[in-house]
Amino acid sequence: MNEFLQIAKGLARLLMDAARDLLPIVVVIAFFQAVVIREPFPNLSETLIGTALVVLGLAFFVRGLEMGLFPLGEAMAQAFAKKGSILWLMGFAFALGFGTTVAEPALIAVAAEAASTAAEGGLIGHDEQSLDDYAYGLRMTVALSVGIAIVIGVVRIIKGWPIQWVIIGGYLCIVALTFFAPAEIVGIAYDSGGVTTSTITVPLVTALGVGLATSIRGRNPMTDGFGLIALASLTPMMFVMVYGMVY
Amino acid sequence: MELIHHILNTGWATLFDVVPIAAILMFFQAVVIRRVPPNPKRIAVGFLYVLIGLTLFLVGLEMALFPVGETMARQLTDPQFLGGDALLGRVNWLDYAWVYAFAAAIGFATTAAEPSLIAVALKAEQISGGAIKANGLRIAVAIGVAVGVSLGAYRIVSGTPLHWYIIAGYVVVILQTIWASKFIVALAYDSGGVTTSTVTVPVVTALGLGLASTIPGRSPLLDGFGLIAFASLFPIMAVLAYANLAEWLQKRRHLRDPNGQEETNP
Repeated sequence: MNEFLQIAKGLARLLMDAARDLLPIVVVIAFFQAVVIREPFPNLSETLIGTALVVLGLAFFVRGLEMGLFPLGEAMAQAFAKKGSILWLMGFAFALGFGTTVAEPALIAVAAEAASTAAEGGLIGHDEQSLDDYAYGLRMTVALSVGIAIVIGVVRIIKGWPIQWVIIGGYLCIVALTFFAPAEIVGIAYDSGGVTTSTITVPLVTALGVGLATSIRGRNPMTDGFGLIALASLTPMMFVMVYGMVY
Repeated sequence: MELIHHILNTGWATLFDVVPIAAILMFFQAVVIRRVPPNPKRIAVGFLYVLIGLTLFLVGLEMALFPVGETMARQLTDPQFLGGDALLGRVNWLDYAWVYAFAAAIGFATTAAEPSLIAVALKAEQISGGAIKANGLRIAVAIGVAVGVSLGAYRIVSGTPLHWYIIAGYVVVILQTIWASKFIVALAYDSGGVTTSTVTVPVVTALGLGLASTIPGRSPLLDGFGLIAFASLFPIMAVLAYANLAEWLQKRRHLRDPNGQEETNP
Protein backbone atom coordinates (compact mmCIF):
# COMPACT_ATOMS: atom_id res chain seq x y z
CA MET A 1 0.00 0.00 0.00
CA ASN A 2 2.81 2.34 0.95
CA GLU A 3 4.65 1.52 -2.24
CA PHE A 4 1.56 2.22 -4.28
CA LEU A 5 1.19 5.62 -2.64
CA GLN A 6 4.78 6.44 -3.46
CA ILE A 7 4.31 5.60 -7.15
CA ALA A 8 1.15 7.70 -7.28
CA LYS A 9 3.01 10.60 -5.68
CA GLY A 10 5.88 10.31 -8.16
CA LEU A 11 3.45 10.23 -11.05
CA ALA A 12 1.58 13.28 -9.78
CA ARG A 13 4.85 15.21 -9.50
CA LEU A 14 5.88 14.26 -13.05
CA LEU A 15 2.51 15.39 -14.38
CA MET A 16 2.76 18.67 -12.47
CA ASP A 17 6.23 19.32 -13.92
CA ALA A 18 5.03 18.55 -17.42
CA ALA A 19 2.03 20.85 -17.02
CA ARG A 20 4.33 23.63 -15.82
CA ASP A 21 6.60 23.12 -18.85
CA LEU A 22 3.63 23.50 -21.14
CA LEU A 23 2.06 26.50 -19.44
CA PRO A 24 3.99 29.17 -21.43
CA ILE A 25 2.71 27.84 -24.75
CA VAL A 26 -0.88 27.87 -23.53
CA VAL A 27 -0.50 31.43 -22.21
CA VAL A 28 1.12 32.72 -25.42
CA ILE A 29 -1.51 31.20 -27.69
CA ALA A 30 -4.43 32.25 -25.49
CA PHE A 31 -3.08 35.81 -25.28
CA PHE A 32 -2.58 36.24 -29.02
CA GLN A 33 -5.92 34.62 -29.79
CA ALA A 34 -7.87 36.72 -27.32
CA VAL A 35 -6.08 40.08 -27.45
CA VAL A 36 -4.52 40.36 -30.89
CA ILE A 37 -6.52 38.27 -33.32
CA ARG A 38 -9.78 38.51 -31.35
CA GLU A 39 -11.48 35.53 -32.88
CA PRO A 40 -13.15 32.60 -31.14
CA PHE A 41 -10.90 29.61 -30.66
CA PRO A 42 -11.28 26.96 -33.39
CA ASN A 43 -11.84 23.37 -32.14
CA LEU A 44 -11.54 24.11 -28.45
CA SER A 45 -12.29 20.57 -27.26
CA GLU A 46 -9.76 19.01 -29.61
CA THR A 47 -7.12 21.47 -28.46
CA LEU A 48 -7.80 20.65 -24.80
CA ILE A 49 -7.56 16.89 -25.37
CA GLY A 50 -4.36 17.43 -27.34
CA THR A 51 -2.85 19.52 -24.56
CA ALA A 52 -3.69 16.82 -22.00
CA LEU A 53 -1.98 14.23 -24.22
CA VAL A 54 1.13 16.42 -24.52
CA VAL A 55 1.35 16.74 -20.73
CA LEU A 56 0.95 12.99 -20.26
CA GLY A 57 3.48 12.27 -23.01
CA LEU A 58 6.08 14.62 -21.56
CA ALA A 59 5.73 13.00 -18.12
CA PHE A 60 6.25 9.51 -19.57
CA PHE A 61 9.19 10.71 -21.66
CA VAL A 62 11.08 12.24 -18.74
CA ARG A 63 10.49 9.13 -16.59
CA GLY A 64 11.68 6.87 -19.43
CA LEU A 65 14.74 9.06 -19.90
CA GLU A 66 15.82 8.60 -16.30
CA MET A 67 15.07 4.87 -16.31
CA GLY A 68 16.27 3.82 -19.75
CA LEU A 69 18.19 6.15 -22.04
CA PHE A 70 20.51 7.86 -19.53
CA PRO A 71 21.65 4.73 -17.63
CA LEU A 72 22.09 2.73 -20.83
CA GLY A 73 24.11 5.47 -22.56
CA GLU A 74 26.37 5.85 -19.55
CA ALA A 75 26.76 2.10 -18.96
CA MET A 76 27.80 1.63 -22.58
CA ALA A 77 30.25 4.54 -22.44
CA GLN A 78 31.83 3.05 -19.32
CA ALA A 79 31.98 -0.43 -20.84
CA PHE A 80 33.74 0.96 -23.92
CA ALA A 81 36.19 2.94 -21.79
CA LYS A 82 36.99 -0.17 -19.75
CA LYS A 83 37.45 -2.29 -22.85
CA GLY A 84 39.91 0.26 -24.18
CA SER A 85 39.30 -0.47 -27.86
CA ILE A 86 39.25 2.92 -29.53
CA LEU A 87 38.38 1.44 -32.90
CA TRP A 88 35.15 -0.13 -31.62
CA LEU A 89 34.28 3.03 -29.75
CA MET A 90 34.61 5.03 -32.94
CA GLY A 91 32.54 2.48 -34.82
CA PHE A 92 29.85 2.86 -32.18
CA ALA A 93 30.06 6.67 -32.30
CA PHE A 94 29.72 6.70 -36.08
CA ALA A 95 26.85 4.19 -36.10
CA LEU A 96 24.99 6.18 -33.45
CA GLY A 97 25.38 9.47 -35.33
CA PHE A 98 24.63 8.08 -38.78
CA GLY A 99 21.87 5.66 -37.73
CA THR A 100 19.88 8.14 -35.69
CA THR A 101 20.07 10.89 -38.31
CA VAL A 102 19.36 9.03 -41.53
CA ALA A 103 15.77 8.17 -40.52
CA GLU A 104 15.05 11.49 -38.80
CA PRO A 105 11.61 12.71 -40.02
CA ALA A 106 12.55 16.39 -39.75
CA LEU A 107 15.57 15.78 -41.98
CA ILE A 108 13.51 13.91 -44.59
CA ALA A 109 11.12 16.88 -44.73
CA VAL A 110 13.91 19.43 -45.02
CA ALA A 111 15.70 17.41 -47.73
CA ALA A 112 12.54 17.33 -49.84
CA GLU A 113 12.09 21.08 -49.45
CA ALA A 114 15.73 21.64 -50.31
CA ALA A 115 15.28 19.67 -53.52
CA SER A 116 12.39 21.92 -54.62
CA THR A 117 14.48 24.98 -53.77
CA ALA A 118 17.35 23.67 -55.87
CA ALA A 119 14.96 23.03 -58.77
CA GLU A 120 13.55 26.55 -58.41
CA GLY A 121 17.06 27.96 -58.50
CA GLY A 122 17.83 26.00 -61.66
CA LEU A 123 20.50 23.82 -60.08
CA ILE A 124 18.72 20.56 -60.98
CA GLY A 125 15.91 19.48 -63.31
CA HIS A 126 12.24 19.71 -62.33
CA ASP A 127 11.41 16.03 -62.93
CA GLU A 128 10.64 13.68 -60.05
CA GLN A 129 13.74 11.54 -60.54
CA SER A 130 16.26 14.38 -60.13
CA LEU A 131 14.31 15.80 -57.16
CA ASP A 132 14.38 12.43 -55.39
CA ASP A 133 18.05 11.88 -56.18
CA TYR A 134 18.96 15.28 -54.84
CA ALA A 135 16.95 14.82 -51.62
CA TYR A 136 18.37 11.34 -51.05
CA GLY A 137 21.94 12.52 -51.60
CA LEU A 138 21.40 15.40 -49.21
CA ARG A 139 20.00 13.09 -46.50
CA MET A 140 22.98 10.75 -46.80
CA THR A 141 25.36 13.72 -46.70
CA VAL A 142 23.85 15.06 -43.50
CA ALA A 143 23.75 11.62 -41.83
CA LEU A 144 27.39 11.04 -42.80
CA SER A 145 28.34 14.43 -41.39
CA VAL A 146 26.64 13.70 -38.06
CA GLY A 147 28.40 10.31 -37.85
CA ILE A 148 31.74 12.00 -38.47
CA ALA A 149 30.88 14.72 -35.94
CA ILE A 150 30.26 12.20 -33.15
CA VAL A 151 33.55 10.42 -34.02
CA ILE A 152 35.48 13.72 -33.89
CA GLY A 153 33.69 14.59 -30.65
CA VAL A 154 34.65 11.26 -29.05
CA VAL A 155 38.29 11.70 -30.14
CA ARG A 156 38.17 15.16 -28.62
CA ILE A 157 36.98 13.77 -25.29
CA ILE A 158 39.72 11.11 -25.30
CA LYS A 159 42.45 13.60 -26.21
CA GLY A 160 41.03 16.37 -24.04
CA TRP A 161 41.09 19.07 -26.74
CA PRO A 162 39.29 22.23 -25.60
CA ILE A 163 35.86 22.44 -27.24
CA GLN A 164 36.16 26.12 -28.13
CA TRP A 165 39.02 25.58 -30.61
CA VAL A 166 37.11 22.84 -32.39
CA ILE A 167 33.93 24.91 -32.62
CA ILE A 168 35.61 28.17 -33.59
CA GLY A 169 37.55 26.30 -36.28
CA GLY A 170 34.22 24.97 -37.52
CA TYR A 171 32.75 28.49 -37.60
CA LEU A 172 35.65 29.72 -39.71
CA CYS A 173 35.14 26.84 -42.17
CA ILE A 174 31.42 27.65 -42.41
CA VAL A 175 32.08 31.33 -43.05
CA ALA A 176 34.64 30.51 -45.74
CA LEU A 177 32.31 27.99 -47.41
CA THR A 178 29.42 30.47 -47.38
CA PHE A 179 31.18 32.62 -49.97
CA PHE A 180 31.75 29.71 -52.35
CA ALA A 181 28.47 27.81 -52.02
CA PRO A 182 25.52 28.59 -54.34
CA ALA A 183 23.29 31.21 -52.71
CA GLU A 184 20.19 28.94 -52.85
CA ILE A 185 21.75 26.33 -50.60
CA VAL A 186 23.06 28.63 -47.83
CA GLY A 187 19.72 29.01 -46.00
CA ILE A 188 19.07 25.27 -46.07
CA ALA A 189 22.62 24.52 -44.96
CA TYR A 190 22.34 26.84 -41.96
CA ASP A 191 18.98 25.32 -40.98
CA SER A 192 20.17 21.73 -41.43
CA GLY A 193 22.42 22.06 -38.38
CA GLY A 194 19.42 22.51 -36.12
CA VAL A 195 17.14 19.80 -37.40
CA THR A 196 19.46 16.81 -37.16
CA THR A 197 19.46 16.25 -33.43
CA SER A 198 16.29 14.36 -32.54
CA THR A 199 14.63 13.84 -29.20
CA ILE A 200 15.95 10.31 -28.75
CA THR A 201 19.45 11.07 -30.06
CA VAL A 202 20.12 13.98 -27.72
CA PRO A 203 19.78 12.10 -24.39
CA LEU A 204 21.76 9.11 -25.70
CA VAL A 205 24.59 11.19 -27.15
CA THR A 206 24.74 13.39 -24.05
CA ALA A 207 24.90 10.33 -21.81
CA LEU A 208 27.65 8.87 -24.04
CA GLY A 209 29.79 12.02 -23.78
CA VAL A 210 29.28 12.47 -20.07
CA GLY A 211 29.85 8.76 -19.41
CA LEU A 212 33.12 8.78 -21.37
CA ALA A 213 34.40 11.91 -19.68
CA THR A 214 33.55 10.43 -16.29
CA SER A 215 35.38 7.15 -16.89
CA ILE A 216 38.54 8.55 -18.53
CA ARG A 217 40.99 9.81 -15.94
CA GLY A 218 41.79 13.51 -16.13
CA ARG A 219 38.61 14.44 -17.99
CA ASN A 220 35.93 16.59 -16.44
CA PRO A 221 32.33 15.59 -17.30
CA MET A 222 31.28 19.24 -17.37
CA THR A 223 33.97 20.71 -19.64
CA ASP A 224 34.75 17.58 -21.68
CA GLY A 225 31.51 15.59 -21.53
CA PHE A 226 29.30 18.12 -23.27
CA GLY A 227 29.97 19.32 -26.81
CA LEU A 228 28.95 16.30 -28.90
CA ILE A 229 25.62 17.88 -29.85
CA ALA A 230 27.36 21.13 -30.73
CA LEU A 231 29.60 19.29 -33.20
CA ALA A 232 26.66 17.32 -34.58
CA SER A 233 24.89 20.57 -35.41
CA LEU A 234 28.01 22.16 -36.92
CA THR A 235 29.25 19.59 -39.45
CA PRO A 236 25.93 19.31 -41.38
CA MET A 237 26.21 23.00 -42.29
CA MET A 238 29.64 22.45 -43.86
CA PHE A 239 28.74 19.21 -45.59
CA VAL A 240 25.50 20.58 -47.05
CA MET A 241 27.32 23.59 -48.51
CA VAL A 242 29.99 21.33 -50.01
CA TYR A 243 27.18 19.14 -51.37
CA GLY A 244 25.66 22.21 -53.02
CA MET A 245 29.00 23.14 -54.57
CA VAL A 246 29.79 19.65 -55.87
CA TYR A 247 26.35 18.56 -57.05
CA MET B 1 -12.32 6.01 -31.67
CA GLU B 2 -10.52 8.08 -34.27
CA LEU B 3 -8.21 9.32 -31.52
CA ILE B 4 -7.19 5.77 -30.58
CA HIS B 5 -6.56 5.01 -34.24
CA HIS B 6 -4.38 8.10 -34.54
CA ILE B 7 -2.42 7.21 -31.39
CA LEU B 8 -1.78 3.68 -32.67
CA ASN B 9 -0.64 5.01 -36.05
CA THR B 10 1.74 7.52 -34.51
CA GLY B 11 2.98 4.87 -32.09
CA TRP B 12 3.79 2.61 -35.01
CA ALA B 13 5.69 5.43 -36.76
CA THR B 14 7.59 6.31 -33.57
CA LEU B 15 8.49 2.65 -33.13
CA PHE B 16 10.14 2.74 -36.55
CA ASP B 17 12.16 5.79 -35.51
CA VAL B 18 13.37 3.97 -32.41
CA VAL B 19 14.12 0.60 -34.05
CA PRO B 20 17.37 1.60 -35.84
CA ILE B 21 18.71 3.15 -32.63
CA ALA B 22 17.74 0.10 -30.57
CA ALA B 23 19.34 -2.15 -33.21
CA ILE B 24 22.65 -0.25 -33.07
CA LEU B 25 22.66 -0.31 -29.26
CA MET B 26 21.87 -4.05 -29.14
CA PHE B 27 24.46 -4.91 -31.79
CA PHE B 28 27.28 -3.18 -29.91
CA GLN B 29 26.02 -4.47 -26.60
CA ALA B 30 25.94 -8.07 -27.88
CA VAL B 31 28.96 -8.17 -30.19
CA VAL B 32 31.45 -5.75 -28.65
CA ILE B 33 30.67 -5.27 -24.99
CA ARG B 34 29.30 -8.79 -24.54
CA ARG B 35 27.79 -8.09 -21.18
CA VAL B 36 24.24 -7.46 -20.06
CA PRO B 37 23.86 -3.85 -18.87
CA PRO B 38 22.85 -3.37 -15.22
CA ASN B 39 19.07 -3.48 -14.62
CA PRO B 40 18.05 -4.65 -18.10
CA LYS B 41 14.39 -4.84 -17.12
CA ARG B 42 14.36 -1.27 -15.85
CA ILE B 43 16.05 -0.05 -19.05
CA ALA B 44 13.51 -1.91 -21.19
CA VAL B 45 10.65 -0.34 -19.25
CA GLY B 46 12.36 3.03 -19.64
CA PHE B 47 12.51 2.58 -23.41
CA LEU B 48 8.84 1.66 -23.42
CA TYR B 49 8.02 4.82 -21.45
CA VAL B 50 10.02 6.94 -23.91
CA LEU B 51 8.09 5.34 -26.76
CA ILE B 52 4.70 5.88 -25.10
CA GLY B 53 5.67 9.39 -24.04
CA LEU B 54 6.84 10.48 -27.48
CA THR B 55 3.75 8.99 -29.12
CA LEU B 56 1.28 10.79 -26.85
CA PHE B 57 3.38 13.95 -27.11
CA LEU B 58 3.34 13.93 -30.93
CA VAL B 59 -0.39 13.11 -31.16
CA GLY B 60 -1.15 15.92 -28.72
CA LEU B 61 1.05 18.37 -30.61
CA GLU B 62 -0.67 17.55 -33.88
CA MET B 63 -4.08 18.02 -32.29
CA ALA B 64 -3.43 21.11 -30.22
CA LEU B 65 -0.32 23.06 -31.02
CA PHE B 66 0.51 22.71 -34.70
CA PRO B 67 -2.85 23.74 -36.17
CA VAL B 68 -3.11 26.68 -33.80
CA GLY B 69 0.50 27.75 -34.41
CA GLU B 70 0.04 27.59 -38.16
CA THR B 71 -3.29 29.41 -38.12
CA MET B 72 -1.87 32.16 -35.97
CA ALA B 73 1.23 32.56 -38.13
CA ARG B 74 -1.05 32.92 -41.14
CA GLN B 75 -3.46 35.32 -39.45
CA LEU B 76 -0.72 37.54 -38.09
CA THR B 77 1.03 37.85 -41.45
CA ASP B 78 -2.21 38.50 -43.36
CA PRO B 79 -2.11 41.96 -45.04
CA GLN B 80 -5.75 42.49 -43.94
CA PHE B 81 -4.67 42.15 -40.32
CA LEU B 82 -1.50 44.21 -40.71
CA GLY B 83 -3.21 47.09 -42.51
CA GLY B 84 -1.15 50.15 -43.44
CA ASP B 85 1.38 49.74 -46.23
CA ALA B 86 0.90 45.99 -46.47
CA LEU B 87 -2.50 46.51 -48.12
CA LEU B 88 -0.83 48.59 -50.81
CA GLY B 89 1.68 45.83 -51.49
CA ARG B 90 4.58 47.66 -49.86
CA VAL B 91 6.68 46.36 -47.01
CA ASN B 92 7.20 48.58 -44.01
CA TRP B 93 8.99 46.63 -41.33
CA LEU B 94 7.27 48.58 -38.56
CA ASP B 95 3.88 47.17 -39.58
CA TYR B 96 5.02 43.75 -38.47
CA ALA B 97 5.45 44.55 -34.77
CA TRP B 98 2.91 41.89 -33.73
CA VAL B 99 4.78 39.33 -35.82
CA TYR B 100 8.03 40.01 -33.95
CA ALA B 101 6.21 39.83 -30.63
CA PHE B 102 4.55 36.56 -31.60
CA ALA B 103 7.86 35.15 -32.88
CA ALA B 104 9.57 35.96 -29.59
CA ALA B 105 6.69 34.61 -27.48
CA ILE B 106 6.29 31.37 -29.42
CA GLY B 107 10.07 30.86 -29.53
CA PHE B 108 10.25 31.17 -25.75
CA ALA B 109 7.20 28.99 -25.13
CA THR B 110 8.08 26.12 -27.46
CA THR B 111 11.65 25.99 -26.12
CA ALA B 112 10.40 25.75 -22.55
CA ALA B 113 8.52 22.55 -23.50
CA GLU B 114 11.28 21.02 -25.67
CA PRO B 115 11.96 17.47 -24.40
CA SER B 116 15.58 17.35 -25.66
CA LEU B 117 16.41 20.51 -23.75
CA ILE B 118 14.80 19.09 -20.61
CA ALA B 119 17.07 16.04 -20.98
CA VAL B 120 20.27 18.07 -21.32
CA ALA B 121 19.29 20.48 -18.54
CA LEU B 122 18.61 17.58 -16.14
CA LYS B 123 22.01 16.09 -16.96
CA ALA B 124 23.79 19.44 -16.53
CA GLU B 125 22.23 20.00 -13.12
CA GLN B 126 23.21 16.50 -12.02
CA ILE B 127 26.84 16.77 -13.20
CA SER B 128 27.48 20.28 -11.97
CA GLY B 129 26.23 19.20 -8.55
CA GLY B 130 23.46 21.79 -8.67
CA ALA B 131 25.74 24.74 -9.60
CA ILE B 132 23.73 24.96 -12.81
CA LYS B 133 19.99 24.87 -12.22
CA ALA B 134 18.01 22.96 -14.85
CA ASN B 135 15.23 25.55 -14.94
CA GLY B 136 17.63 28.50 -15.00
CA LEU B 137 19.43 27.01 -17.98
CA ARG B 138 16.15 26.37 -19.77
CA ILE B 139 14.99 29.95 -19.23
CA ALA B 140 18.32 31.33 -20.53
CA VAL B 141 18.03 29.14 -23.62
CA ALA B 142 14.37 30.10 -24.13
CA ILE B 143 15.25 33.81 -23.99
CA GLY B 144 17.94 33.18 -26.60
CA VAL B 145 15.48 31.44 -28.90
CA ALA B 146 12.94 34.25 -28.39
CA VAL B 147 15.44 36.92 -29.45
CA GLY B 148 16.74 34.74 -32.29
CA VAL B 149 13.36 33.90 -33.85
CA SER B 150 12.20 37.50 -33.51
CA LEU B 151 15.32 38.79 -35.27
CA GLY B 152 14.93 36.05 -37.87
CA ALA B 153 11.38 37.24 -38.56
CA TYR B 154 12.70 40.78 -39.00
CA ARG B 155 15.27 39.44 -41.48
CA ILE B 156 12.54 37.81 -43.59
CA VAL B 157 10.47 41.01 -43.51
CA SER B 158 13.42 43.22 -44.40
CA GLY B 159 14.85 40.75 -46.91
CA THR B 160 18.47 41.17 -45.76
CA PRO B 161 20.95 38.35 -46.46
CA LEU B 162 21.00 35.57 -43.88
CA HIS B 163 24.72 34.95 -43.81
CA TRP B 164 25.64 38.40 -42.48
CA TYR B 165 23.49 37.83 -39.39
CA ILE B 166 24.95 34.39 -38.79
CA ILE B 167 28.55 35.51 -39.32
CA ALA B 168 28.01 38.45 -36.96
CA GLY B 169 26.54 35.99 -34.46
CA TYR B 170 29.64 33.80 -34.73
CA VAL B 171 31.87 36.78 -34.02
CA VAL B 172 29.84 37.58 -30.89
CA VAL B 173 30.01 33.94 -29.73
CA ILE B 174 33.81 33.88 -30.22
CA LEU B 175 34.23 37.11 -28.24
CA GLN B 176 31.99 35.80 -25.45
CA THR B 177 33.92 32.52 -25.37
CA ILE B 178 37.16 34.41 -24.72
CA TRP B 179 35.71 35.92 -21.55
CA ALA B 180 33.46 33.09 -20.37
CA SER B 181 34.41 30.51 -17.77
CA LYS B 182 35.51 27.34 -19.55
CA PHE B 183 33.22 25.45 -17.17
CA ILE B 184 30.12 26.42 -19.11
CA VAL B 185 31.42 26.76 -22.69
CA ALA B 186 30.75 23.16 -23.81
CA LEU B 187 27.23 23.22 -22.36
CA ALA B 188 26.52 26.59 -24.00
CA TYR B 189 27.56 25.27 -27.42
CA ASP B 190 25.38 22.19 -26.94
CA SER B 191 22.35 24.25 -26.00
CA GLY B 192 22.22 25.59 -29.57
CA GLY B 193 21.58 22.20 -31.13
CA VAL B 194 19.18 20.80 -28.58
CA THR B 195 16.64 23.62 -28.67
CA THR B 196 15.53 23.05 -32.23
CA SER B 197 13.68 19.78 -31.98
CA THR B 198 10.23 18.23 -31.87
CA VAL B 199 8.20 21.27 -30.78
CA THR B 200 10.16 24.25 -32.05
CA VAL B 201 11.02 23.19 -35.62
CA PRO B 202 7.47 22.71 -37.00
CA VAL B 203 6.04 25.86 -35.39
CA VAL B 204 8.98 28.07 -36.33
CA THR B 205 9.09 26.68 -39.87
CA ALA B 206 5.37 27.42 -40.27
CA LEU B 207 6.00 30.99 -39.15
CA GLY B 208 8.87 31.41 -41.64
CA LEU B 209 6.93 29.98 -44.57
CA GLY B 210 3.84 32.03 -43.63
CA LEU B 211 5.87 35.24 -43.55
CA ALA B 212 7.78 34.56 -46.76
CA SER B 213 4.62 33.64 -48.70
CA THR B 214 2.55 36.69 -47.68
CA ILE B 215 5.20 39.40 -47.95
CA PRO B 216 5.35 40.83 -51.46
CA GLY B 217 8.61 40.06 -53.25
CA ARG B 218 9.65 37.16 -50.99
CA SER B 219 9.74 33.57 -52.15
CA PRO B 220 8.89 30.94 -49.51
CA LEU B 221 11.52 28.66 -51.01
CA LEU B 222 14.37 31.13 -50.95
CA ASP B 223 13.48 33.35 -47.98
CA GLY B 224 11.49 30.97 -45.76
CA PHE B 225 14.62 29.24 -44.49
CA GLY B 226 16.91 30.59 -41.81
CA LEU B 227 14.71 30.83 -38.72
CA ILE B 228 16.02 27.52 -37.39
CA ALA B 229 19.57 28.80 -37.84
CA PHE B 230 18.71 31.86 -35.73
CA ALA B 231 17.00 29.65 -33.15
CA SER B 232 20.09 27.48 -32.77
CA LEU B 233 22.66 30.29 -32.69
CA PHE B 234 21.12 32.71 -30.20
CA PRO B 235 20.76 30.27 -27.26
CA ILE B 236 24.57 29.88 -27.35
CA MET B 237 24.91 33.64 -26.87
CA ALA B 238 22.22 33.68 -24.18
CA VAL B 239 23.85 30.93 -22.10
CA LEU B 240 27.32 32.50 -22.50
CA ALA B 241 25.88 35.91 -21.60
CA TYR B 242 24.32 34.38 -18.50
CA ALA B 243 27.73 32.94 -17.54
CA ASN B 244 29.51 36.24 -18.31
CA LEU B 245 27.02 38.14 -16.17
CA ALA B 246 27.23 35.71 -13.25
CA GLU B 247 31.03 35.95 -13.24
CA TRP B 248 31.03 39.72 -13.54
CA LEU B 249 28.65 40.04 -10.60
CA GLN B 250 30.76 37.71 -8.51
CA LYS B 251 33.96 39.63 -9.33
CA ARG B 252 32.33 42.90 -8.41
CA ARG B 253 31.15 41.49 -5.09
CA HIS B 254 34.67 40.34 -4.30
CA LEU B 255 36.10 43.76 -5.15
CA ARG B 256 33.66 45.53 -2.88
CA ASP B 257 33.95 43.11 -0.03
CA PRO B 258 37.35 41.38 -0.03
CA ASN B 259 36.36 39.37 3.05
CA GLY B 260 33.47 37.83 1.18
CA GLN B 261 35.81 35.38 -0.51
CA GLU B 262 36.90 33.87 2.78
CA GLU B 263 33.32 33.38 3.79
CA THR B 264 32.37 31.55 0.63
CA ASN B 265 35.54 29.41 0.61
CA PRO B 266 36.23 28.56 4.23
